[in-house]
Amino acid sequence: MELTFYIAAAVATLATILTITRYNIIHALLYLVVSFLAVAVVFFTLGAPFMAALEIIIYAGAIVVLIIFVIMMLNLTHEDVDKEKEWLTPRVWVGPAILSLVLLAELAYIILAPDTQPTEALVAVDARLVGMSLYGPYMLGVQLCGILLMAGIVGAYHLGRQKKKVVHRFLQPKEERSAAI
Amino acid sequence: MTPAHMEAALMLAGVLFMLGLISVLIRRNIIFMLISVEIMLNAAGLAFIVAGSKWVQPDGQVMFIFILTMAAAEVSVGLALILQIYHQLKTLDSDAANLMKG
Repeated sequence: MELTFYIAAAVATLATILTITRYNIIHALLYLVVSFLAVAVVFFTLGAPFMAALEIIIYAGAIVVLIIFVIMMLNLTHEDVDKEKEWLTPRVWVGPAILSLVLLAELAYIILAPDTQPTEALVAVDARLVGMSLYGPYMLGVQLCGILLMAGIVGAYHLGRQKKKVVHRFLQPKEERSAAI
Repeated sequence: MTPAHMEAALMLAGVLFMLGLISVLIRRNIIFMLISVEIMLNAAGLAFIVAGSKWVQPDGQVMFIFILTMAAAEVSVGLALILQIYHQLKTLDSDAANLMKG
């Protein structure tokens, strides 16, 4: 378990360094997903398996997919197939693939290895305790999180709406009017 | 859970947070700055998990769930702002958005 933790920590640090030094956003997102997966392995070794699952589902799943959607929306105007083809050369994905394979080997080791000394090393805080605490003393925090999420939804809708500028054609500037006609 | 393991996990949280902070400071692409904020929030959550694991209490994981919720709300509003900035300024350079009145 110790060695697993140190390898996952090294993978997380390396993937984060590679994330913040990329020039292409998609390459950075590939490394970012690997970094989140490695941090999830660290959570697992720290005895928080439910949080590891949440990290993968929400961070590596939902948030990264949201960023990818926005990147796709931004590139709608000048869509370039050659650029996308250039993005997906083996030189691009071999780095994240190797780092993910290290994590996969760790996972296989944890599952397949005989139980060596799990008794004294790891005291897991299971999801049941977290749920009891979340809906017990932290009830106010849960309700505040609900309010925050609703504010986020309303804010994202309000900000993301495309404001249509409806202007009479006589009031438009010269060049736009000629373009419209 | 050995103490050395715990200190190494806290060090990892610190290193990840510093990497995110450096990236916020040096990158000018606004999407990269948002990604860096995500890295920093993730590192803060890691520190909470480490503390909760040290004292075998669920409070650290509860705080991580709150951080997760906050990160989801923050990234949705931030991406909507990025879309607005891109439609207004036609660039992702954060230095271009230095005027309050667009």
